[in-house]
Amino acid sequence: MVAQALLEVRNLVKVFKSGMMGREIVAVDRVSFNIEEGEILSLLGESGSGKTTIARMILRLLKPTSGDILYKGRNIWKLKGRELIEYYRQVQGVFQDPYSSFNPIHKVDRPLLQALKNLQGIEGSEALKIIRETLRKVGLNPDEVLGKYPHQLSGGQLQRVSIARALLVNPKLLVVDEPVSMLDASTRIDVLNIFADLRDNEGVSILMIGHDISLSYYISDRIIILYKGSIMEEGETDAVLGSPLHPYTKMLIESIPRIEEKWGRKSRIRLDVDQKPTAMSGCKFLDRCPHAFNMCTRKPNLIRKDNRKIACWLYKNNYNQDIA
Amino acid sequence: MMLDRIMERHRETLILLRRNRKIKAGASILAVILAIAVIGPYTTEYGPLEYTGAIGEPPSSRHPLGTNTFGYDLYSQVVYGLRSSILIGLLGGILATAIGVLIGFISGYFGGIIDELLMMLTNIFLVIPTLALLIIIAAYIEHRGILIESVIIGLTSWPWTARAVRANTLSLRNREFVYLARMSGMPTRSIILREIAPNMLSYIIMVFILQFGGAILYAVSLDFIGLGPTKGISLGVILQQAVLWNAVQLGMWWWAIPPGLLIALLLTSLYVINTGLDEVLNPRLRRQG
Ligand SMILES: Nc1ncnc2c1ncn2[C@@H]1O[C@H](COP(=O)(O)OP(=O)(O)O)[C@@H](O)[C@H]1O
Ligand SMILES: [Mg+2]
Repeated sequence: MVAQALLEVRNLVKVFKSGMMGREIVAVDRVSFNIEEGEILSLLGESGSGKTTIARMILRLLKPTSGDILYKGRNIWKLKGRELIEYYRQVQGVFQDPYSSFNPIHKVDRPLLQALKNLQGIEGSEALKIIRETLRKVGLNPDEVLGKYPHQLSGGQLQRVSIARALLVNPKLLVVDEPVSMLDASTRIDVLNIFADLRDNEGVSILMIGHDISLSYYISDRIIILYKGSIMEEGETDAVLGSPLHPYTKMLIESIPRIEEKWGRKSRIRLDVDQKPTAMSGCKFLDRCPHAFNMCTRKPNLIRKDNRKIACWLYKNNYNQDIA
Repeated sequence: MMLDRIMERHRETLILLRRNRKIKAGASILAVILAIAVIGPYTTEYGPLEYTGAIGEPPSSRHPLGTNTFGYDLYSQVVYGLRSSILIGLLGGILATAIGVLIGFISGYFGGIIDELLMMLTNIFLVIPTLALLIIIAAYIEHRGILIESVIIGLTSWPWTARAVRANTLSLRNREFVYLARMSGMPTRSIILREIAPNMLSYIIMVFILQFGGAILYAVSLDFIGLGPTKGISLGVILQQAVLWNAVQLGMWWWAIPPGLLIALLLTSLYVINTGLDEVLNPRLRRQG
């Protein structure tokens, strides 16, 4: 029995009802995974695959339709009052869009001061000292950003302030939703390195959401491949991206020209196919899978296979067959 | 005061507002019309429904806008009528805006069953044939003053505001900075008052201006079909009587043109102000959306 995971996601489901007709969208479909202490776990998937929805549920901003999220063994939806404050002292988030992360009518100082005041009870000059320190830590000059309104700062600066806000309370777990996708290519790697440093120097666990394989390859210890709200493959980054098993993962990797080149313009690929989540009963990848066979009309479970987990009938017991 | 603080923080926007040509032009016309409504009644010796002895006379130094078939001084009628038309517009507009903002905000912020019930109510009000309702109300209330007229207007014109404000609240509520405020441990009350409400202020001002103009026009059409105030005067009532007594056919242009022109100017100035506000405020909102 391994030690308890920092965060445990169990059978998470989120169904959105849209419009008057009550059409249902299954955005997250029975997702389970753990986040361990001090690791960077990448959640990788095309746009619409349910990544942001998962992040918001972990950050307790959106109520799951069913399933549990346990932080240090406790159900986060049972937390109230002081316990909830304590949760946000330990678990923080950064969102994709730095522009809408700030209230246009307030100076950027406000969310920083608020976080320290409400979560730590720190105000005044002590708060200011911590804020300046943290801003420097994310590569900002405090004098250039403090006292400014959001529209006076660049996207890169705002995103760093947003990261600083999350770091002010020294969280144990950070959930970051595509933190660099709206930034210039030139600043992406610097921002990513902030997270790598946090893991290496302070042992912070990070759930890093993305749709860019090479960015995930660059930064993460483990990786989860999500497709239409379900996990397809999960494991160590080198294993999953180095020797993928799931036909979907293979397809993703084949679409990258050279993965050996860890960083470079060519090796970056955007997954631009907008997925439409479906509630169908079979494997979600069925219609795009080159290896589909009769079993695939039933939904495969996520099973352990060698050094990873995989949801594919090709690897299920006696149905295993060579697909090389 | 919250408003002062917002003004303080929006100095840049205020400068833009003052520089906008449309706002300048619209506000100047509106200011002149408001001044006439406030000061006008003190500049005439006749009451609006007082027989002057002169019947159907063209404009003269004694009667700057002439008199009508009943011997009423039209200058007096117009300045008093303008005053009550603006009063109706203000009261009706404030009422409609207040109800609409309240219902729309609660609906959008709290969602769920509250939202469904309130939107059902709103949709019912939207499809009720207002005119039929008004005719029924008018039949029951024999003596209607401008207060009743503006209450009727306010109570029937809030639904579209409620729907618009609901949509606005919904989009603000799901903005990331609201999520971040929640993650920063801010209490719900201050999230509503300090993060969401101030962002709606400019929107609500624009909605009010539209409702103000709408209520004036609404009142004119009510007056015109004979559902206006049974006592007292308004621009719509002057116009109604002018049409009823064939003012134009009889060549008495001074009976119909001045009140009509004032209504047109008033509505145009409000429209132009709103277009200007839209120009100044919306690019900011769009860029941040
Ligand atoms: N509030 C919502 N209401 C209805 N549908 C939603 C809502 N939020 C997300 N969705 C839908 O859920 C699916 C997953 O969305 P999301 O989690 O944002 O995906 P990703 O972050 O991977 O791009 C999409 O089809 C999206 O349209
Ligand atoms: Mg997303």
